Amino acid sequence: MEYRDYYRIMGLGRDATQDEIKRAYRKLARKFHPDVSKEADAEARFKELGEAYEVLKDPPKRAAYDQLGSTWKAGEEFRPPPDRNQGFEFHSGDFSAADAAQFSDFFASLFGQDAGAARGARRPPPQGQDTRARVVIDLDDAYHGATRALTLQTTELGPDGRPQTRARTLNVRIPKGVRPGQQIRLAGQGGHGPGAPGDLYLEVAFRPHPLYRVAGRDVYLELPVAPWEAALGAQVKLPTPDGPVDLKIPPGSSSGRKLRLAGRGIPGQPPGDLYATLLIVLPPADNAATRAAYRELEQAQAFDPRAHLGV
Amino acid sequence: MDKSPHQVLQGELLDEAVVLTLTQFCRTCRLPAEQVVELVEEGIIEPLGQAPDAWQFTGVSVYRVQCVLRLEHDLGVNRAGAALILDLLDQLDALRARLARYGE
Repeated sequence: MEYRDYYRIMGLGRDATQDEIKRAYRKLARKFHPDVSKEADAEARFKELGEAYEVLKDPPKRAAYDQLGSTWKAGEEFRPPPDRNQGFEFHSGDFSAADAAQFSDFFASLFGQDAGAARGARRPPPQGQDTRARVVIDLDDAYHGATRALTLQTTELGPDGRPQTRARTLNVRIPKGVRPGQQIRLAGQGGHGPGAPGDLYLEVAFRPHPLYRVAGRDVYLELPVAPWEAALGAQVKLPTPDGPVDLKIPPGSSSGRKLRLAGRGIPGQPPGDLYATLLIVLPPADNAATRAAYRELEQAQAFDPRAHLGV
Repeated sequence: MDKSPHQVLQGELLDEAVVLTLTQFCRTCRLPAEQVVELVEEGIIEPLGQAPDAWQFTGVSVYRVQCVLRLEHDLGVNRAGAALILDLLDQLDALRARLARYGE
């Protein structure tokens, strides 16, 4: 198992006071709370932080941890010295067995049976914990539905009462019409306990798409058009996640104009809309004919794009 | 340790179309009814229907309740504080969605 540097996780020196530890925890907990933070690894950081604080906030546990010495490096292979728990008793922890099950093997090797599991054995949770995980899907999956394989690292209390990690793979049906931030509940796939298993909640996030942006059930696309298409009107081909469609550009369209394709957003009751935002792209004036055409356009009418600026 | 790797799990999408009675909602959130009533009184979730036995919750309320409970448990904020955070997160999401339309 890997050594965990609890001081580094909390951004503290080994001489930090208990007050400093508490302050650092509060601050980092707000920063990495998975409901608040948008950092990709927030969930893992928050768990790690909870484990570090569990040890450092409690002077006897902290003393036991400090006894390992400061020569260990984070991630280094760690083997606990034999009988190291002798002389320590950990009854002061106020975490439940369910919390302890979230902690690392490293934590368990130091405090596991005394601090976590023993309490759990006295007060077994009536049923397994509800757990949550993020599933990242493509926009296309929301349009058509898909099956995604998910690998989850679960920490559970083993038969010997120590937390142990195992990986399990689930094949999950992603329903058509799912939107970012929604939850899919998988009954009975959560944590295991003495009673019925808990549920697993999958929070859906979308992988960024090179063409489309998603806002709720609506989808946005930037659509480049030539100046004459915008000025005179045109019918252009437009990609959508459901396949290309023809779109009429009304004459006199300006750059930034949003054209709505009703019902072409994410499917559902009601379906979302697809918005094409026009972006007028100028042909480069890199040959004589084009330069002449621009000059001719200049002569065609008195046009001042800055008239409203009053200069 | 995987018993049936090829089985495809069909979850339940907790969207607005999912309608739960108070009993079902309590079971899903693993909360006693009194606590759900408190959450309604705090305005964190808004069921349809007048009296508790006619209340109808949507799937979206499940997330709101779970989020509030996590914030209370993890950050030591009280219920009003958690409700405020939830509202601010909603606003943040709306702004992020608007921002996303402009490409960043």
